[in-house]
Amino acid sequence: MNIHEYQGKEILRKYGVSVPNGKVAFSPEEAVKVAKELGSNVIVVKAQIHAGGRGKAGGVKIAKNLEEVRTYAKELLGKILVTHQTGPEGKEVKRLYIEEGSDIKKEYYLSFVLDRATSRVTLMGSEEGGMDIEEVAEHSPEKIFKEVIDPVSGLLPFQARRMAFSMNIPAKLVNKAAKLMLGLYEAFVTKDASILEINPLVVTGSEEVVALDAKFNFDGNGLYRHKDIVELRDYDEEDPKEIEASKYDLSYISLDGNIGCMVNGAGLAMATMDTISYYGGKPANFLDVGGGATAEKVTEAFKIILSDPNVKGIFVNIFGGIMKCDVIAEGVITAAKEVGLKVPLVVRLEGTNVGLGKELLNASGLNIVAADSMADGAEKIVELVG
Amino acid sequence: MSVYINADTKVIVQGITGETALFHTKQMLEYGTKIVAGVTPGKGGQVIEGVPVFNTVEDAVKVTGANVSVIYVPAPFAADAIMEAVDADLDLTICITEHIPVLDMVKVKRYMEGKKTRLVGPNCPGVISADECKIGIMPGYIHTKGHVGVVSRSGTLTYEAVHQLTQAGIGQTTAVGIGGDPVNGTNFIDVLQEFNNDPETYAVVMIGEIGGTAEEEAAEWIKANMTKPVVGFIGGQTAPPGKRMGHAGAIISGGKGTAKDKIKAMNDAGIEVAPTPSVIGETLIKVIKEKGLYEQCKTH
Repeated sequence: MNIHEYQGKEILRKYGVSVPNGKVAFSPEEAVKVAKELGSNVIVVKAQIHAGGRGKAGGVKIAKNLEEVRTYAKELLGKILVTHQTGPEGKEVKRLYIEEGSDIKKEYYLSFVLDRATSRVTLMGSEEGGMDIEEVAEHSPEKIFKEVIDPVSGLLPFQARRMAFSMNIPAKLVNKAAKLMLGLYEAFVTKDASILEINPLVVTGSEEVVALDAKFNFDGNGLYRHKDIVELRDYDEEDPKEIEASKYDLSYISLDGNIGCMVNGAGLAMATMDTISYYGGKPANFLDVGGGATAEKVTEAFKIILSDPNVKGIFVNIFGGIMKCDVIAEGVITAAKEVGLKVPLVVRLEGTNVGLGKELLNASGLNIVAADSMADGAEKIVELVG
Repeated sequence: MSVYINADTKVIVQGITGETALFHTKQMLEYGTKIVAGVTPGKGGQVIEGVPVFNTVEDAVKVTGANVSVIYVPAPFAADAIMEAVDADLDLTICITEHIPVLDMVKVKRYMEGKKTRLVGPNCPGVISADECKIGIMPGYIHTKGHVGVVSRSGTLTYEAVHQLTQAGIGQTTAVGIGGDPVNGTNFIDVLQEFNNDPETYAVVMIGEIGGTAEEEAAEWIKANMTKPVVGFIGGQTAPPGKRMGHAGAIISGGKGTAKDKIKAMNDAGIEVAPTPSVIGETLIKVIKEKGLYEQCKTH
């Protein structure tokens, strides 16, 4: 789960990490009010969307007076920002972060991520701040430093200092930088984050070490123990179909094709998408109904697929292990009858209770094309959609 | 022969009184798995499906001599259950539970350092040695005893591959689901090593998916060490970057973990990769025919 920069900074403040003063604003009037309170000579107006690359896309403006704050706020609110992370459709700006300007002397990069190779949380840092870290990794990997963290001891002060020295943070500010890193780590583990990226971390003219940006991503599996984080979820940032699916514990991802897919198991769901593409079709979604799905859940899944106006055909591909084929059949029939099935439907059933499932579908009177295998089903639905 | 588990394996079901665990305990017993004990704290003394229930794994081991456990405990308590199995010095613990917070697994891995127990999973379908022992949630009937080892990050895709093999008359030694989480106990290389050393396994099917670099590392290991033919498949060839495809581990991020990179690494290591999941079985048969192993692999 992602949150906005301003929410991330609020969390960081609680862990003693220095961040510039600032507040969220939902209207130009609010933006001006916040700017007035901040009383700074320079005010930064930052678009709040769940995507990086906002600066380059024109989502960050520097205002020198309150009138400029108003102008920029008007300009940004309601604007569709297209960055390299939003996709071509972009994202509408509905919130602004109004922040005091910082006197930046130099920019650095810091992040905490889970390293799969070591099964440990790893601190990464570089003096090449403010840029896309993937570019730094590609062109000058020697400028990226890593500290692997033992979960028992946590990030140790000497590791944080070593990182600060490696990043060429001025010697007299190393302790300040180390303290900031320890605060970040504390926030990361306490809140079950999966990514915490500070890009840039800055050293200011008044010799402070400040987190100028904060990008948090949280482990969905850890959210059950962090009600405070769950409350920060911004539904405007998510696909409505994905929100609906998450209510029923379905794993659904919107894609841009026209063949709706319903599959059990993430691996098989991905493989089904691949097979559809192999036969020249384009999947409209990834959907894993999971192992313990009930007929109701399957019905909801089917409705979500049908709510996508781009869907011109549906492929149901089930290999029942725990998932029983008759349960799938029941759910499909109920949903098709409730919402009306106007597009072709291809069903491939295999595994537990397959005979029973096929019987139910045959007796339903629905116009269903049966498939013998995943490949057969994919080929048929691609042909039917045309 | 088989790897990890066989007809002599004595199994504890951790969390046996839960609904899912109960269903699968019955299925495993039906398959012939020797389930000797269940563990649910506070329910010690009960008998379920003829299986005695204990309060702790330690007690269950003392009384029954079990050497393997399978975990169906809900996610918030699953990490603790794994560590309890490790503390009891079991040879192997297989964690079926999905949605365990990843930082819990980081702690588990640290706890396991220097300990004897192997962990398979979490978030996996389990391990099955055909006709001998089934531990997990996979449908038993699709498996046939034979000479092909299967290792996979995905549950249902494993069923797909095994089903194709069985239908084509190719049996299996053991199928191991290593799970779809970013931090897990057993990786491809661990299992490949076992298959390489198992005299009954003549060829291996390896099923990976997008995210991480486990397949690339396995490919390198295969190139240097594997004496048996391996065929592969990678799920998620058409998945867009930045979107998590169901499994916590299945995400292309920072340009890493793409199917293209993985397939290239596997091809470079001499692994034939099936272009679609429907031809995993066909691809294996083609390769074992080339290597002159088809007749030996064919189930009579």
